[in-house]
Amino acid sequence: MLIDHPILGPRDAAEFVYKGDAMLIHRPDWQAEDAVAQFTDYGYLRDNPAGLHRELWFHEQGDRSWLVVTRDTTTHEITKVELARDVARAEGRSR
Amino acid sequence: MSDKNRLNGGLIERNRPMSFTFDGKRYSGYAGDTLASALLANGVRLMGRSFKYHRPRGPLTAGSEEPNAIVELRGGARKEPNTRATTAELFDGLSANSQNRFPSLKWDAMAINDRLSTFFAAGFYYKTFMWPAAFWEKLYEPMIRRAAGLGTLSHEPDPDCYDKGFLHCDVLIIGAGPAGLAAALTAGESGARVILADEDFLLGGRLNAETGLLADEDGVAWAAQAVARLRSMPNVRVMPRSTVIGAFDHGVYGMVERVSDHVAEPAAGKPRQILWRIYSKRAILSAGATERPIVFENNDRPGIMLASAMRSYANRWAATPGKAVAVFTNNDDGHRTAADLHAKGVKVTVIDTRPDAGVSPDYEILSGAQVIDTKGRLGLKSVDVQLSSGGTRTLFVDGLGVSGGWNPNVHMTCHQRGRPQWEETLCAFVPGGTMPTGLIPAGAAIGAFSTHAALNSGQDTAATALGDLGLTVTRPDLPSAEDAPVRVASFWHVKGAKRAWVDQQNDVTAKDVKLAHQENFTSVEHLKRYTTLGMATDQGKTSNIAGLAIMAEVTGKQIPEVGTTMFRPPYTPTAIGVLAGRSRDKDFRPVRKTPSHYWAEEQGAVFVEVGMWLRAQWFPKPGETHWRESVDREVLQTRKSVGVCDCTTLGKIDVQGADAAEFLNKIYANGFAKLAVGKTRYGLMLREDGIAMDDGTAGRLAEDHFVVTTTTANAVPVFRHMEFIRQCLYPDMDVQLISTTEAWAQYAVAGPNSRKLLQKIVDPEFDISNEGFPFMACGEITVCGGLRARLFRISFSGELAFEIAVPTRYGDALMRRLMKEGKEFDVTPYGTEALSVMRIEKGHAAGNELNGTTSAFNLGMGRMVSKKKDSIGSTLSERPGLNEEDALKLVGFKPVNAEHKVPAGAHLMTKGTPVDAAHDQGYITSACYSPNLGCHIGIGYLKSGDTRLGEVVRLVSPLTGVDHDVEVVSAHFVDPEGERLRA
Repeated sequence: MLIDHPILGPRDAAEFVYKGDAMLIHRPDWQAEDAVAQFTDYGYLRDNPAGLHRELWFHEQGDRSWLVVTRDTTTHEITKVELARDVARAEGRSR
Repeated sequence: MSDKNRLNGGLIERNRPMSFTFDGKRYSGYAGDTLASALLANGVRLMGRSFKYHRPRGPLTAGSEEPNAIVELRGGARKEPNTRATTAELFDGLSANSQNRFPSLKWDAMAINDRLSTFFAAGFYYKTFMWPAAFWEKLYEPMIRRAAGLGTLSHEPDPDCYDKGFLHCDVLIIGAGPAGLAAALTAGESGARVILADEDFLLGGRLNAETGLLADEDGVAWAAQAVARLRSMPNVRVMPRSTVIGAFDHGVYGMVERVSDHVAEPAAGKPRQILWRIYSKRAILSAGATERPIVFENNDRPGIMLASAMRSYANRWAATPGKAVAVFTNNDDGHRTAADLHAKGVKVTVIDTRPDAGVSPDYEILSGAQVIDTKGRLGLKSVDVQLSSGGTRTLFVDGLGVSGGWNPNVHMTCHQRGRPQWEETLCAFVPGGTMPTGLIPAGAAIGAFSTHAALNSGQDTAATALGDLGLTVTRPDLPSAEDAPVRVASFWHVKGAKRAWVDQQNDVTAKDVKLAHQENFTSVEHLKRYTTLGMATDQGKTSNIAGLAIMAEVTGKQIPEVGTTMFRPPYTPTAIGVLAGRSRDKDFRPVRKTPSHYWAEEQGAVFVEVGMWLRAQWFPKPGETHWRESVDREVLQTRKSVGVCDCTTLGKIDVQGADAAEFLNKIYANGFAKLAVGKTRYGLMLREDGIAMDDGTAGRLAEDHFVVTTTTANAVPVFRHMEFIRQCLYPDMDVQLISTTEAWAQYAVAGPNSRKLLQKIVDPEFDISNEGFPFMACGEITVCGGLRARLFRISFSGELAFEIAVPTRYGDALMRRLMKEGKEFDVTPYGTEALSVMRIEKGHAAGNELNGTTSAFNLGMGRMVSKKKDSIGSTLSERPGLNEEDALKLVGFKPVNAEHKVPAGAHLMTKGTPVDAAHDQGYITSACYSPNLGCHIGIGYLKSGDTRLGEVVRLVSPLTGVDHDVEVVSAHFVDPEGERLRA
């Protein structure tokens, strides 16, 4: 597979390490009343879609960017690649 | 006998004769021959024995789809089994042997299987070798493996090297027949970066095997000119002997180039084969088509081959199975074979299943006729024909060419989501469904079978691809060519035939297919697995469709309703060696050496692999005969005076920025915000699920600058984890990370004299006295007169100890200086064994204890997990399951009888309880002989261990026969109060 890195252009998937669902960006609030339940869901529950999937890849053999890659699990077509940091900011992880 | 079946003409170089042997007998052929063509020309039709029944077999094809002529090439360490004689290029001195026969190809004892074929039908193994179960592994399987099978291995290391490479192009063209050449010329002239790959050593495809394909010129000459023109273009890379083996995601293709298979040995410095990874924007699959046989009684005798193969041998290689041949066909194409062989002086008779096959002035045509049987034990002697009149006739021939129509080579289109579609007018499957990204099939591979259609399809497809890429298309002139329509009658097998071979490589008969149906294996995937149809090394390239057709007939369905099985990479058998490339032996993976590695080597150190690192395990001294002697000495000498250990391999991560302290608070379970500048702290890192991940120290060199260390094994995952937290969870923290593991050489200097030793090299303006540089201090200093260094007063051994780091290139010099200056203290280097002994004596956790199942609570560090702040894993570490009353706790163990060992992995049982999993109380994680205590000791996890000090428990390891008593003690065997390290 090729991943079109937003900064470096197309790179072979072999340069990356896969982590999983990009929902991992949404780490729960440790002070929430049901924090243990929220963290349990966060740690253990994943959707397993046949189709578009937003997932985290780490460019370990490259510039060390974490990326959010939108990939179709049935065709491996990649429709979007973003810097995870930008996604995290856009999705409210900023202070 | 030599050259008895050599014809005139052909593309062989008659001025370059080549001598070779087959089964020890010497023959002669020419440059340009394959092993199969040379053997045929020498009158040899018998080239192998079949897989199951040991039936005598000769070549069915003239290409890579060959099921029968499978031989061993070369000898010694270069012996290569299961190689197709039809693609093996002849070279002078080639030695080949037949396989799967004993004692000889002509007299094969295992041919008895053929007589017993009634018992060996599909499903035979499943039905017969069911009982008794114990017989399978010891008796049945070895017996079957000996009887059935392919070649044998040399059992020696492969002396050749294999390589890997990467190529990039706009257009990859797979196959250099008429369509491929037309596509390549078009793409090349249009300025695209082109790779043209073909598995053959001579490019041109069927142009080299046929006559009269082009109207105004010779096909062979045109192909040669086209290839020469392509080679002259700087933007085109022409790659013969290169098989594209798979279509992968996003336009990536795998290709094996056989660089040196056509010579006796690779030239100096050349690999035998190269595995290329090709990144293409577009790919054109011009892989051509493969002829398929008709199934009839005894259709597998040497001399019976595909009609197209017969004329390939005649036209390209000037070889024939004999001087009188017959052709059995259901389509016009078979008549080409008849015409070409007749033109070469071979006597031909055509048996055409179609009632209206016409007449020829040159050879006899039997219309509406069928082959019903053949004779000849080791080679075809005669063919029995059922005539349209109802009568029969026997033809005495040496060869029979069979043509059942052509199958487009759709394989690569199926490597992802393509599903071939049935095309009724061709009686064949053509590419269908979703193609691999960027792949467009062309030419005979889509059923454009005439030369005119193939040339134009190649050019049009190239134009489409170039248009997609935004290039201006230049269309070079193409030669005018024959445009014969496909006239084929659906005819798959001669009715009533029983011992008629569908899959010749796996010995699957028409009867087996019917039997599978009878036994309800009607799905095409079940049929394949039950009968093994199409599961041999040829992947059923010549047999799958006939198998489907017979299944369709017995189920009363149409072929497309039966479906087709999928094709997977590789397209043709691929040597494991080329997949491994250079990753073998010492190059299997990279080796990392520390800066003082060569110093350690000079000392005679014994090294151990730790990940990719080589670390000194111990340093044997003259006279020491057992590793324990060396290790015990290193431990005692360090605890008595001073020792030095290379700890460069520990992961080092530089953390800088205004939010560096806050960041460390997130990654470590314990607090770091209040750590003073110039101080170091032990840090425990948890996974988000509350399990301990790694531990190490972090020293604060400045308000905004920390140096984090990780264990050697976890250096990479921890860095990845920290980057995840930084980028994905806290994107606005002002903090930067960089791995400095390889930037600093670091040494532990431990023992009561460690300060005295360091004072000799640390520049005098730096006070490293106990007051000036107390336990857990850290700082940037200079050594040896101005060399910048970092000093940490931390201890893994439990002794007064320091870790000193210098820039990598000074590591070797520092080690030598420490040894020199330490002479007066009797300094010793110590390796990882002594390091481990001392940390077990001190009760420090390491990888064995942080084993991915244990929490801070288990480690006795539960209170370290701060409740006042949020850190990774802190919330889930509060889960009830991780905090049960009788949780495992890390404690120490001493044998009651001092002679006993405390082996790691052994389990702990309360005295008097049964020894079973239900009563298990824990296990030993790390163990060693303690030279300080004079006995073996261990640390490990015991249920409620911290409350059971003094209890005697039973240590068992049923596997290794251990069963004795150990006492539960504190894990801190040496200096439990920690006085030494604060001295």
